[in-house]
Parts: sequence; structure tokens; C-alpha cells
Amino acid sequence: MPAPIRLRELIRTIRTARTQAEEREMIQKECAAIRSSFREEDNTYRCRNVAKLLYMHMLGYPAHFGQLECLKLIASQKFTDKRIGYLGAMLLLDERQDVHLLMTNCIKNDLNHSTQYVQGLALCTLGCMGSSEMCRDLAGEVEKLLKTSNSYLRKKAALCAVHVIRKVPELMEMFLPATKNLLNEKNHGVLHTSVVLLTEMCERSPDMLAHFRKVSLVPQLVRILKNLIMSGYSPEHDVSGISDPFLQVRILRLLRILGRNDDDSSEAMNDILAQVATNTETSKNVGNAILYETVLTIMDIKSESGLRVLAINILGRFLLNNDKNIRYVALTSLLKTVQTDHNAVQRHRSTIVDCLKDLDVSIKRRAMELSFALVNGNNVRGMMKELLYFLDSCEPEFKADCASGIFLAAEKYAPSKRWHIDTIMRVLTTAGSYVRDDAVPNLIQLITNSVEMHAYTVQRLYKAILGDYSQQPLVQVASWCIGEYGDLLVSGQCEEEEPIQVTEDEVLDILESVLISNMSASVTRGYALTAIMKLSTRFTCTVNRIKKVVSIYGSSIDVELQQRAVEYNALFKKYDHMRPALLERMPVMEKVTTNGPTDIVQTNGETEPAVLETKPPPSGLQPASQANDLLDLLGGSDITPVIPTAPTSKPASAGGELLDLLGDLNLTGSPISAPAPQIAQPPFLLDGLSSQPLFNDIAAGIPSITAYNKNGLKIDFTFERSNTNPSVTVITIQASNSTELDMTDFVFQAAVPKTFQLQLLSPSSSVIPAFNSGTITQVIKVLNPQKQQLRMRIKLTYNHKGSAMQDLAEVNNFPPQSWQ
Amino acid sequence: MIKFFLMVNKQGQTRLSRYYEHVEINKRTMLEAEIIKNCLSRSKDQCSFIEYKDFKLVYRQYAALFVVVGINETENEMAVYELIHNFVEVLDKYFSRVVSETLNLL
Repeated sequence: MPAPIRLRELIRTIRTARTQAEEREMIQKECAAIRSSFREEDNTYRCRNVAKLLYMHMLGYPAHFGQLECLKLIASQKFTDKRIGYLGAMLLLDERQDVHLLMTNCIKNDLNHSTQYVQGLALCTLGCMGSSEMCRDLAGEVEKLLKTSNSYLRKKAALCAVHVIRKVPELMEMFLPATKNLLNEKNHGVLHTSVVLLTEMCERSPDMLAHFRKVSLVPQLVRILKNLIMSGYSPEHDVSGISDPFLQVRILRLLRILGRNDDDSSEAMNDILAQVATNTETSKNVGNAILYETVLTIMDIKSESGLRVLAINILGRFLLNNDKNIRYVALTSLLKTVQTDHNAVQRHRSTIVDCLKDLDVSIKRRAMELSFALVNGNNVRGMMKELLYFLDSCEPEFKADCASGIFLAAEKYAPSKRWHIDTIMRVLTTAGSYVRDDAVPNLIQLITNSVEMHAYTVQRLYKAILGDYSQQPLVQVASWCIGEYGDLLVSGQCEEEEPIQVTEDEVLDILESVLISNMSASVTRGYALTAIMKLSTRFTCTVNRIKKVVSIYGSSIDVELQQRAVEYNALFKKYDHMRPALLERMPVMEKVTTNGPTDIVQTNGETEPAVLETKPPPSGLQPASQANDLLDLLGGSDITPVIPTAPTSKPASAGGELLDLLGDLNLTGSPISAPAPQIAQPPFLLDGLSSQPLFNDIAAGIPSITAYNKNGLKIDFTFERSNTNPSVTVITIQASNSTELDMTDFVFQAAVPKTFQLQLLSPSSSVIPAFNSGTITQVIKVLNPQKQQLRMRIKLTYNHKGSAMQDLAEVNNFPPQSWQ
Repeated sequence: MIKFFLMVNKQGQTRLSRYYEHVEINKRTMLEAEIIKNCLSRSKDQCSFIEYKDFKLVYRQYAALFVVVGINETENEMAVYELIHNFVEVLDKYFSRVVSETLNLL
């Protein structure tokens, strides 16, 4: 068997490989040779083979079969063997492999070896891959070595201790006594590793932190740092004219941890920080690295304000530096400090805004985040201009974040509604396809809220999609607005801008093209179809065209569109009398946040397309006109009318429109839960009551009353009150018919004064049979928090003897027990 | 904390790799390929710090070789940048001729 090739040869051979496949072939051949050599238990060349194996492992090839060989090498007496063995152990073994425990004994022996280099190897390996069991076993040895006077061993022992503490935090106390003298060393290696050890201890345990603060660690560190800065040129520690910058950075970091939230420590280090900040050379990267660390420390501890200003000025100087690295670092630190020192950072706003135009992606991202943090009421116009320009020219990965940021900032600081809407328009047109989906309903809500800007908004949106309707969020918002405010668009009233001449047909053209276009998403098409439908009430001469469009989509493949179209068609055919009411203008929406059981998270802009999915109501529905009558009759005084719901669910959009007509109507509904938009509705009424149809605990009997008795129709009220909720009264009405003919389509409506709240549940039926042979029962719940006298106006409508009957009455004879 | 230390050449061949956290073998090669792609796509006047997944890359180019160090957010990026140069200088001290030729050092 020829001697295995050396590592050097192997590397040379592999480098000659021209393709990946060639390389793999060579490596496989060599692996096979190595494996057979291992099987022969060849001591002489084991070291060489393992070295080659490690090289191949580094290139990415599996090398697990070498693990045991590493152990054998570690156990050998030769230093060269041990060296490769320990390296192999560090690379190939970790706590996942069971064999690693076999090393423990070897390491223990080697930690007590006579040669410091062997001890060093053992320490390195333990500090690199020691598992918790190994660390527990060997921590004592490490601690002993930490106290030795040999600086070579001391520094390695310190790093090993760091690893032990990470693996087994309970052992931290063991190393505490050894740390007392660590910082008295002259050797920078020991100093550096000791600082790392102290840092690790302080970060992990608040007790340690307190202990070190008490033991006046800070003055010691300050002294060392001072020596580093003041001392002359020392060739072994010099990096570009600065003495051991790595140690300086470490000390500064430890000072930061010690000074955080601690006034005494912070005061002790104020001077040295100022000294470092002013004396460090900034021409080279080294100096800037130290200054960066200093700035981070100053911002983190409880430093005096002069020092903080100094720190921010340093950052400002960094921003003007030509070196990209420094600018990046400055922007990152400013981002961290902008929360606490807002005014100081504002001074550098113009430089930051300039960084938006930088070529580097990382810098641009930082500058963008920082710019958003700096926007306030005073500078919003200028900043927005810069940010919009940035949005135009930035990379696609930024656009979504930038758009969201602009929306947020505009919402918080908009100086005027018109400016706000202009800004939104600008964002939609430049980055329309990157706008987040949740922005669309927010925008729609915003637009409805600025009532005076409707005409202007719809005109601008119309112009925007005329040219290009590929950006989905833009098209969605535009379709919604055109649907709502199409009449304003066509009538050409616009105070803010030159009104444009648009005909109804042109508007329908654009909406139809959105529907047809391949670029439109399904959601967008939904918006467009609904908008077209809404225009049927707002436009006068093009209703037939709209009917045609709607009927075409009744057979669309997209189920969503199809359902909408079919329902709209039904509206045209069977329920044409209800169409104006259903498609009335949306009321101004309040921003609704998640609200418990009522659970209306989205504004009407979002629920509106969903809402119209519910089936058109059966004939039991009261159209808006009748509700109007009630309002008229009730004189619009302090009575709030309540419209009961039909036995089955009705589209809540009708509710939406009714709400508009009737001001703050309390739309109380029975079984519909989600789709009913509850505008400004305190949820407690529905919360408590909708889940329980009746109270189980009934208070002492309250006398029932006859609320109405005329023309053969008698309505009785029975009362129940709950002990648990004394402001709620449950009234059960029973309607009976003593005439000889049935009363059909019976609807009971009630209105109460404003201080009350009413909820009407569904009636048992809408037919009262004749001759008192049956009754209609319906439950009313009244909330009377102010315990005022209960009054009610009721309106009854029904068909009797072939004619429609209607009557109003006031009920004043409520027994006192029902409301006190 | 330093997560890994790589020396990769422009063709994507790894010359040195040292991981201080466990990463699967097959994932290592993928990681190295992606990192070198990121570094190669940067121009001369862009900064040496790249944000990559949940850590930062500090890279420095020496002729055809990239030295890339992966760090987490607690590290001082500029100090690591200096560290890379220090490392290269140490290599130079020990293996002078080889290193100078490969890395085009002074």
C-alpha cells in the first residue's frame, strides 16, 4: 500500500479539477483510500489522513467516518497527532455525537500536561465544542488554569470559561474569585479575554453585574483605557497608529453594560469617554470604529447632556464622510437614538435626506427608516416631497415599506385634507401595485371622511385610471369612489380644480374596461361591478347599459362575480323599488377597531362588497320609504326610531343606507351578526343580550299591560327584569286578532327616547290568525341605564280584509317596576 | 458574536470556512454560494456591510478572494472590518510569499 499523499498534494490535485463533477470524483477516490487506511489501523499516517479529511469536510463533503480517528489521535503522545486530532474534534464533533464524551478523559489529562501547548490545545477544544457534561466535569481544571501566571494559558482559560458559562450558567460563581486579578495583567491577550469573560458574566447575571459595579471595576477599566490612549507607540499592539483598538472597543462595550441604568458608574466614565471621543484619530477606519463604539456607549449609559450632544455631533460628522461604511454605521446609530434625542437628530435632517439618493441599498434603507422617524408636523411637507421622489426612484423591495410609511406619516401630520388626498393619489399612481392590501380600506375610509373633497378626489382618481388601470389598489380605490361619487364626477362640480367634462358613458366605459381587462384581479373586478351597479341610481340615462353589463356577468366563470351579478340582476327585476334605497350613498365611517363580539374590524369600504352577497330580502322587509314615514310621524324629536328586522336576514347594505337617511339610527338586528355594520354602536347591548334570548332569573312579577287595542288588534306587553342587569327590561309582546279575518304581513315597529336603547328580536310570524286563535310573539329588550320613565311609540302595519292598514300609538302606561 | 468566517474566491470555491454555530453540511454550501453571490453583486462604492437574513455580513475583497464574516447585531461592524484586515496581515506575516501573491497585498 503506497504511502497516502500529503495534504498539499491533495489540495493541488483538487484545484486542477475543472468541473464540480471532476472534483467530486477525486474526492471520492481519496475518501476511499482514506477509509481503507483507517481500517488498517495505520498509526503513522493517521494524522495525514485526518488532515485531508478535514480539508474535504471544509469543502462540503461528509466526513463523519473520521470521528473515531480523531479520538485516537488525541490519545496519542505525539504533538503533531494531538494537534490534528483536536482540530478534527473541533470541526467534526459536537454534542450531537455520542462519541464526544470519550474525549473527556483525554482532555482532562491534557489540561494537566507539562507542555503548555498541549494544555492550550485542550483548552481550545473544550472551549469550542464542550458539551454541558464535559464542562461540568472539567470546570475545576479550567478554573485552576485561570489563576496560573502563564499568560498564554490564562488567556485561553478565560475564553474556555466563557464557553463553560454559556453552557452551564450555574457554574458562573466558580469563576468569580479568579476574576479578581485578571485585569492586573500587562499582557493584552489576557486583558482582552478577561474583558470578554467579564462581559459575558455581566450580561448573563444581574447579580454579577451588581457585584462588579460594587467592586469598582469601572475605575480599573477606565485606567486601562487611559493607558492605551496615552501610551506611546507600541509596535506589537499598533494598528494604523492606534494602540490595540480591539481591546479599546471591548472595554468600551463592557463600560456600556456597567453604566447602563447606573448613575455612579456612568459618572465615573464620563471623562474617559469624552477623552476618547475627542482624541481619537478619525482619518482611518480604525479610529472611526472606536468612535462608533464610544458613541454607542454614550447613548446607552446615563451620560450628561453635553456628552450626548458630542456623540450626536460625531454621528453627524460621520454622515458627511465619504466612506460608505461610516455613513451606514452613522445612520444605524441615529436610528437607535432618534427616539430619545429627537431634536438633536433633527439638526442633521438634510444630510439624512440626501442619503436617500445614495447608490447603496443598505444606506438607502437606513435613510428611509430614519426619515420616517424624523417626520413631524413642521417638516412634513418638505419631507414628504423628498420621500415621494424617493418612492419614484427606489428599488421594488423598498416600495411597499415606503408606501406604508408615507401613508402613516401623512395620516398623522397632514396639514390639510387636500394635501393628504394629493399625497395618497401620488403614492397610488407611482407605486400603486406595491401598496399593501390593508391600505385600500383605510384609504376609502379616509376619502369618505373628507366630505368636501369628494368631487375633487373622484375627479383625480378618474383621471388616474383613464390612462392606466393595471395597478390594483389604485383601481380598487378609484372604482369604489367612482361608484359612490359618480354623480359628482359627471355633473362637473369641483371647486378645487378645473372640472372636466365626463359623460356617463365614458365613466361606464372605464369601469367596463377594468372588468374585462386581464390585468384586473378578481377582487378588483368585484369592486368594479359593484361600482357599476351603484351608478345605476346615480346616473340617469345609462341604466339600460348598466342592466346589460350586469346581466352579462350573471354567467361569469368567476363565482364571486357571478353571484354579485345575479343578485344585482334580481334587484333590477324583482326589487326595483328597493334599488335606490339599497344603493344610496355610504355614510361617513368612523374608524372601527376590533371590538369584541360585534367584531366589525373593517370599515364599510371593505365589508360593502361582502355585504351585498347576502340574498335580496323576501317581501317582509320594510323599505326605506316606510322608515322615513316613521321619522316624520315621530316629529324628529328626541325619539330615535328603531326598525325591526324581517324574519330572515336582510342585506345590511340596506341598513347602511337607512342609517344614512335616519341619522344615528340604532339598527338592532336579530340573527345577522357579522354583516350588519354597527356604526357608533356601543356594543354592550348586543354583547350581553344577543347571546341570551331571555333572562333566566326573573324578578318578582311585574304587571303586564295592554299597549294597544283597536280595530280588533290587541297588543299586550309582559315584562321581565333581571337581577343581574337591572337596567335591562325584556318586554314580550303578544299580538292577537279578534276579527273574523286574518291579519297578514304584520310588522311591529317601536321607537324609544334617545336615552334608551332598543333591540327587537324576530317575531314568531307575520300572520295573526283570526278569532284570537293564535298570537304573534316578539321580544323587545330595552336598555335603560338612566332609569328614566319608559315611553314608547309604536307603529303597526298589516294587511286586513284586502287593504293595507297602518296605525301609530304611544304607550305610556308602563308600570313603574318595569323601569325603576 | 461572530457566526462564521469564510474565505471564498470569485468563482465560488471555498478556500477557508469556519462555523462557530452548528450548520448542516449541505446547508453550508448553499449558504456560501448565496453569500458570494451577494458580495459579487456589490459595486466598489457600496458599503461593506450587507444585511442577510437575520445576521449581517461584513466582507472585504482582496483581489480575487473575498473574506466574509457573519456577525449578529451585537458586534461593532467596523471593528470586525478591521479584524479581517488584521487576520490577513497575520497570514501575511506567517506565510508571506504565498499570501501576498494571492491577495495582491502591498
